[in-house]
Amino acid sequence: MPVPVEQYLLLGAVLFVIGMLGVLLRRNAIVIFMSIELMLNAVNLTFVALARHLDSLDGQVFVFFVMTVAAAEVAIGLALIVAIFRSLGTSDVDDAHMLRG
Amino acid sequence: MATLVWLILLIPLAGVVANLALAKVLPKRTAGWLATAAVGVSFALAVVLFMQARGALKEHAFVTDPLYTWVLIDTLYVPIQLLVDQLSLLMVLVVTGVGFLIHVYSNGYMAHDEGIRRYFVYLNLFVFSMLLLVLGANYVLLFTGWELVGLCSYLLISFWYTDPKNAAAGRKAFIVNRIGDFGFALGVFLIWTTFGSLVYTDVFEAAGTATPATLTLITLLLFVGATGKSAQLPLYVWLPDAMAGPTPVSALIHAATMVTAGVYMIARSHALYAAAPTTPLVVATIGALTAIFAASIAITQLDIKKVLAYSTVSQLGYMFLAVGVGAYVSAIFHLFTHAFFKALLFLGSGSVIHSMEHAAHETGEHIDPQDMRHMGGLLKRMPQTGWTFLIGAAALAGLPLTSGFFSKDEILAQTFFGGHTLLYIVGAVTAFLTAFYSFRQFFMVFTGEPRSKAAEHAHESPAVMTVPLMVLAVFALGAGLVFGLPLENGAIHHWLEPVFHDVLEHHEGGNPMFLLVISSVIALAGAGLAYAIYVLRAADPEALVARFAPLYRLSYNKFYVDELYGALFVRPFFALAAFLAFVVDKLVIDGAVNGVATILRLGSIVLRRLQMGYARAYALTMALGVLILVAYFLSGGF
Amino acid sequence: MSGAELFFYVLAVLAITSALAMIFTPRPVYAVLFMVVNFVAVALLYLQLEAPFLAAVQVLVYAGAIMVLFLFVVMLMGPAPAPLWEHIPAQRPLALLFAVGLLGALATAIRKGAFTPLTGTMSSAIATAGGQSQALAEHLYNRYLLPFELTSLILLVGIVGAVVLARLPRQKNPTTD
Repeated sequence: MPVPVEQYLLLGAVLFVIGMLGVLLRRNAIVIFMSIELMLNAVNLTFVALARHLDSLDGQVFVFFVMTVAAAEVAIGLALIVAIFRSLGTSDVDDAHMLRG
Repeated sequence: MATLVWLILLIPLAGVVANLALAKVLPKRTAGWLATAAVGVSFALAVVLFMQARGALKEHAFVTDPLYTWVLIDTLYVPIQLLVDQLSLLMVLVVTGVGFLIHVYSNGYMAHDEGIRRYFVYLNLFVFSMLLLVLGANYVLLFTGWELVGLCSYLLISFWYTDPKNAAAGRKAFIVNRIGDFGFALGVFLIWTTFGSLVYTDVFEAAGTATPATLTLITLLLFVGATGKSAQLPLYVWLPDAMAGPTPVSALIHAATMVTAGVYMIARSHALYAAAPTTPLVVATIGALTAIFAASIAITQLDIKKVLAYSTVSQLGYMFLAVGVGAYVSAIFHLFTHAFFKALLFLGSGSVIHSMEHAAHETGEHIDPQDMRHMGGLLKRMPQTGWTFLIGAAALAGLPLTSGFFSKDEILAQTFFGGHTLLYIVGAVTAFLTAFYSFRQFFMVFTGEPRSKAAEHAHESPAVMTVPLMVLAVFALGAGLVFGLPLENGAIHHWLEPVFHDVLEHHEGGNPMFLLVISSVIALAGAGLAYAIYVLRAADPEALVARFAPLYRLSYNKFYVDELYGALFVRPFFALAAFLAFVVDKLVIDGAVNGVATILRLGSIVLRRLQMGYARAYALTMALGVLILVAYFLSGGF
Repeated sequence: MSGAELFFYVLAVLAITSALAMIFTPRPVYAVLFMVVNFVAVALLYLQLEAPFLAAVQVLVYAGAIMVLFLFVVMLMGPAPAPLWEHIPAQRPLALLFAVGLLGALATAIRKGAFTPLTGTMSSAIATAGGQSQALAEHLYNRYLLPFELTSLILLVGIVGAVVLARLPRQKNPTTD
């Protein structure tokens, strides 16, 4: 008796919300970035679950693309974090708040 | 022939361009001679054109091919095109001829002025503008020249602009002219809507097709423009103030040429004026009233140039009287002779002022060099200026056989035989006043004992100034005899006959000799009265002034017209402007603008708090957005 | 409870726990390690959902390459103290409120979906292609060829961007020329 697809989707939703909380609550840039990866991962899980449910490979192809983009994003994002760290001497995102009204 | 016409028009403009372009290269004095040469060449070409055209023009006017289509909108067609006929050719000769002499004279008069180059640029531009005015073959070109001479006039009146009085005089001339030009422009618009064309030949051919009411309106509106440009009642006020400019400018612009533009315009549009029922009488009446009004002011003025200024207004009144009674040829004849003797008088007065100024400078006296009370006895010290001035004064007074005598008498005769007895009487009285003030001026300036040290030490101006005086004196003296005889059938009448043949009415039935005698007597009486008072001292001028004190004050203060206009128009206008500036603009306009700014500023104080600069705060907002979107889709749309 | 269900719940609890631990641990190095745990759990779930290729890629790319990158950066920047206080007004309560709200909304959406129970295995395409990976490959290189090629462009841009950003500012000292 396979696990119902709703369970997978629910798990994806929970992971997504946890990732979102990480973005909103943490101030360390790297942890925020990891939380974003967590959110992407949650969405991937949803894709795969629905691909299974719909008996179609399109969902899996999308996961493949999301992973590619995420990899590129990690490369750029981490470079940005390093650059910010170099100029501001901190990895606290709240210290970069010069653009305020 | 066409090439010649274009060259006559464009050479003065080339002078302007050359003087501007070579400003850094040529020494200042050369600028004057370059400008003079430009006008001289233009005059020489005009003479050549005159020789060529004498035969060819007999039948019909010569219109050049359009050089360029300036405006072509639907049926509104304005070509750049020149018209040469006897009238415009005569005007060209006067403008370039008298203009040339004044250019020559200016080289002496302005020799030590800092702005001599600017002066000659303006002067050349003026000659170009005036030529455009008289040569243009349609009303738009006429109007263009009309406005350009107005501009030059403004520039030259306020030439010494560092003195606020001169700048104010320039502004006054400009604004008063603007009022007239407004009427003129309306008249041109009405011509366009009525006849569907602005080209002279089309308009005049169709003159008969318009209703009398329309024609009256058109001609009156054009006449409003003429009262501005030619200084007639009620817009004459700018011309006496225009004496603020250099004296040769007064001679060129405010006596010999520009102010005659109104007369020329009416003579050019004679087909319209002849067909309009009431306008000629209006023109004649205004002309006669202006003539006597200005003359009555001139008799008491003490400034040598003011006397001449009012005499110009008065003489222009004669010309309008003439066109009003249909004596177009007489009007142009008077314009022609007036150009010589008035230029002569102004240049002569310029010579006097010039030498008074120098003498006052040498003797260290602080006097107004234009005030005739400080002069006297100058005939001995400045014989060339004095004798030529006497000729000019005689011509202005209309002493027998001078040029002014023939032309003025002809106007009076035409008025009388035309049945306008009242206007004739006004004209005759004016003639008496004219003779009186012109000789009063001559005697005050040139005879008797010097009334100041400067007058004692005055000496003759250089030849560059006196030679033009002599040339002009020859014309002022002889132009009547040569061109005006036999009476009403002289060379100038024959020359202009083809232009005006359609409207010429000869008022026969009287003996012109009889009027000639009356005119002579009047002129001699006026001159004699001046002689009696100012030379023989038969009556003390001071006592006369005291006896007629109220009248004297009225005349001396120019009938308080400037004050009247100030109270009626200028001050209310300033009050309105002040109201708009300090109440409407400050409170309403600025208030609205500042109010908007204040609202935005207050709003931004609240809204800017949202922009905290924290990326996480923005992410929180984004989360809220996501939440709202998901809720939206869940509920299947609101 | 069947074996499949047991497998799922264990992994689900593991994934959620590691995710929570990741976002709440004050030390970035621990966070990276918890993330790896989470990713591996998800990869195992991919296996259960008949996506073995993706499971492998997940482990290789995420748990392998990306984790190393993260660790590298964390080491580079050193231990950063996590401040305890929140200085953006109402950030914490609102974040919790929105999180709960979103979770509620998603749960409602999932329940509304009324999914049919899963049956058997993924069938048609895989059977004809002769295997899960082969089927995915055929899909990728036929129907999704153009997007696939475009992802290579994205990766190229990513590489160039990373190089530009990571490069040290050019030396101003002319003697080094």
